[in-house]
Amino acid sequence: MYSFDLDRPVTLEAALAALKAEDAQPLGGGQTLIPALKQRLAAPSRLVSLAAIPDLCGIDLEGETLTIGAATPHAMVAGQAGAYPALAALAGGIGDPAVRNRGTIGGSLANNDPSACYPAAVLGSGAVICTNIREIAADDFFEGMFATALEDGEIIIRVRFPVPQAACYRKFDHPASRFALAGAFVARFPGSVRVAITGVSEEGVFRWSEAEAALSARFAPDALEGVSLPPEGMIEDLHGSSAYRAHLAGVMTRRAVAAMV
Amino acid sequence: MTEVSMTVNGKAVSGQVEGRTLLVQFLRETLGLTGTHVGCDTSQCGTCVIHVNGKAVKSCTIFAQEADGAQITTIEGMANPDGSLSPIQKAFQDYHGLQCGFCTPGMVMSAAALLAENPTPTEAEIRAYLSGNLCRCTGYHNIVRAILAASGQGVAAE
Repeated sequence: MYSFDLDRPVTLEAALAALKAEDAQPLGGGQTLIPALKQRLAAPSRLVSLAAIPDLCGIDLEGETLTIGAATPHAMVAGQAGAYPALAALAGGIGDPAVRNRGTIGGSLANNDPSACYPAAVLGSGAVICTNIREIAADDFFEGMFATALEDGEIIIRVRFPVPQAACYRKFDHPASRFALAGAFVARFPGSVRVAITGVSEEGVFRWSEAEAALSARFAPDALEGVSLPPEGMIEDLHGSSAYRAHLAGVMTRRAVAAMV
Repeated sequence: MTEVSMTVNGKAVSGQVEGRTLLVQFLRETLGLTGTHVGCDTSQCGTCVIHVNGKAVKSCTIFAQEADGAQITTIEGMANPDGSLSPIQKAFQDYHGLQCGFCTPGMVMSAAALLAENPTPTEAEIRAYLSGNLCRCTGYHNIVRAILAASGQGVAAE
């Protein structure tokens, strides 16, 4: 690792002030950033840890809205987000137990790994990302592989999830990395269905509008017969071809729907 | 350099660290607690698992400064006060839950975290919990048997 200074503020104000330094970068749970630093893929002059700020950690249910602080670790969401069971289950399936004790929802979303689980939940739920300066709808937040609408000095404070009538996430996980080779998050709301696919597209997480239309018309696994994703633009690597990933996304979507009916 | 203080295996310790100093480096190089191993340096193998405030954490993927003020338990803190093996360690010995032994510190720490959360896990739950601990001798079967035994549950004869 290159050398850097590490700040560990306990208030949001102090964190935002520290992030004004040149080349400063926020540090969530570090489960992706620290390995990247070890490989010298990043060279910040200063890291500002957001993990010690109590205001950024916690889960709150108000009516049909579940709000999760950005620095809430996956294990806490898995254990305490029972009001949104599909989201709790998704969080409980990220990485491994030690990773889940450190990794945070805000870190995962800000990183926007094309194979991460949380972006699928946020896009599939139509959640709202609240930052220190604005609120960003999930549909406007993800801007391609490792790219988001976040600007310099802007950090995620919390994420607001509308709790659907029913939802389910199914992923085919890579046996070594535990990331999704393909993952589908299906959420059913009164009058609408949202389907978000992760792990598959070179553009990162995306909504599968054909599947949404088919499932809105009739919510059943066989409603997806004849609905498929084209392999163009899908990730192709040694773990799977683009055609394989496109196919797998359909399988995961049907499995999610089957688990909900 | 920044001063950090924490409680490691019940003892108050402190030392000077850089921003980039990993907790595992502080434990091994500053405190001389070399029972915690570094197997992969890519956050995948789990040989460096310790407990931070009671939770299993990969000590190669957390900075020492982030553990300032924390309660840390490492493999050196697992034995009984009289130095005899704890039930989990004894079960690893009884059921031959190790071959080369390199992954063992992380396996024991993950097992202890699992049994603290779930005192009587099923075999499937044990295997799922150990998904972040790799044994390159591939000795998983006896490790799982050891953890079942340590939880006081019956272990099928071979």
